[in-house]
Amino acid sequence: MRGFTDTLRRELRLALRQGGDSLLVVMFFVLVVVLFPLGAGPEPGILSRIGAGIIWVSALLAAMLSMDRLYQSDFEDGSLELLVLSPAPLEIIVLAKAAAHWLTTGLPLIVASPLLGLLLNLEVEGMAVMLVSLTLGTPALSLVGAIAAALVLGARRGGVLISLLILPLFVPILIFGVGAVDAALLELTYRPQLMVLGALLLLAAALSPWAAAAAVRQAVA
Amino acid sequence: MHRFANPTRFVRLAGRVQPWAAALALLCLGVGLYFALFSSPPDYQQGETVRIMYVHVPAAWMAMFCYVVMAAASASSLIWRHRVADLAAKATAPVGAAFTLLALVTGSLWGKPMWGTWWVWDARLTSVLILFFLYLGYIALQNAFDDPARGARAAAILAVVGVINVPIIKFSVDWWNTLHQPASLTRLDGPAIHTSMLTPLLLMALGYTALYVWLAIIRMRAELAETKIRAIRYRQASGAAPAPQES
Repeated sequence: MRGFTDTLRRELRLALRQGGDSLLVVMFFVLVVVLFPLGAGPEPGILSRIGAGIIWVSALLAAMLSMDRLYQSDFEDGSLELLVLSPAPLEIIVLAKAAAHWLTTGLPLIVASPLLGLLLNLEVEGMAVMLVSLTLGTPALSLVGAIAAALVLGARRGGVLISLLILPLFVPILIFGVGAVDAALLELTYRPQLMVLGALLLLAAALSPWAAAAAVRQAVA
Repeated sequence: MHRFANPTRFVRLAGRVQPWAAALALLCLGVGLYFALFSSPPDYQQGETVRIMYVHVPAAWMAMFCYVVMAAASASSLIWRHRVADLAAKATAPVGAAFTLLALVTGSLWGKPMWGTWWVWDARLTSVLILFFLYLGYIALQNAFDDPARGARAAAILAVVGVINVPIIKFSVDWWNTLHQPASLTRLDGPAIHTSMLTPLLLMALGYTALYVWLAIIRMRAELAETKIRAIRYRQASGAAPAPQES
């Protein structure tokens, strides 16, 4: 537990001191969302129909772009090796890193999303469900990303590579996240989708620390 | 299984299996294709297009089978550090990706006359497409490092993580109400398919499996030979052994 809180505090402090990083991710998120009305045409009907999908896909891309923050600088300056050698279990440390990643990227995205929902004419019922689905889904993104980000450490063209690794694994989360909002907009029951999303989150929380820790170990070995 | 972790023993065994796998593949695919294309009845609903099934269904089976083999080999290479398991996973990936692509393309060609569309975003098709991307990601990750051993380890972890997609593919047609039809063969009350169609289907499946074994052995032997050549070159370059005489 000490290992978890210590790592979390360190990561958050680093994120705060470097500043701006979270803001950049949110700005990217907003920019991608804003591109859609310009690309797909500004009719309110179309936008409110696909708005949830736009917000989810943009959140996915923003989360993916920020994945290198998880380990890259630690890998470059050698602190990742020290973390591997530390007495705290590496599984706990990567879990803390994923939690910090979510707090500095996922949470700001969720906070920004209602405003974007307004821009896209998303209806109020859909908005509430979207917030819940993002709250359940984005931590799972950070957890899955913690595996892929460790796998590509030191790879050539790691930035492009990580998208190929991560997006297939993100697809189930995207499908159920958007599915819940669509069901709410059609006034159908959206509980099943949210429950599957919760199950995915629990599954990712239980399994991905092991895989991510194995990935970090092979990266510094 | 640990007996075959020894590359020398593996090479000897592989050399003996290879011609048999090749013969079995050519025989089964030849006979199976003859049955499939000429001497099996057209379907009462689908007419002649049902013949796509004999190429499509076994390819889809192989797509999943190869992934499971790749993930199992990756897991054993992570656990026991078996060099041969590493090679098996690496050799399986392109073959599995090719089978997946074949299943996707033939499925699309079959979907056009039957469903009236090349592609639908239902659960089965989407999950197989994801499987294809997982294969591509595996291959790309493996080649992304200057140190091949590092690439093999990273890709092995990815293969094990991605195995979660396989049950989703298998059961997608039961869990969701999809356009893709459910399984006709592995059912509790026996296969829902007539023998005249089942025979070529199983022949094709056997032929694909033998083809996979054949290709995997060729790739693994080539990889082992390449490692050996690299080692010899390295020794020559570092001057530890006398360079061979120029002739």
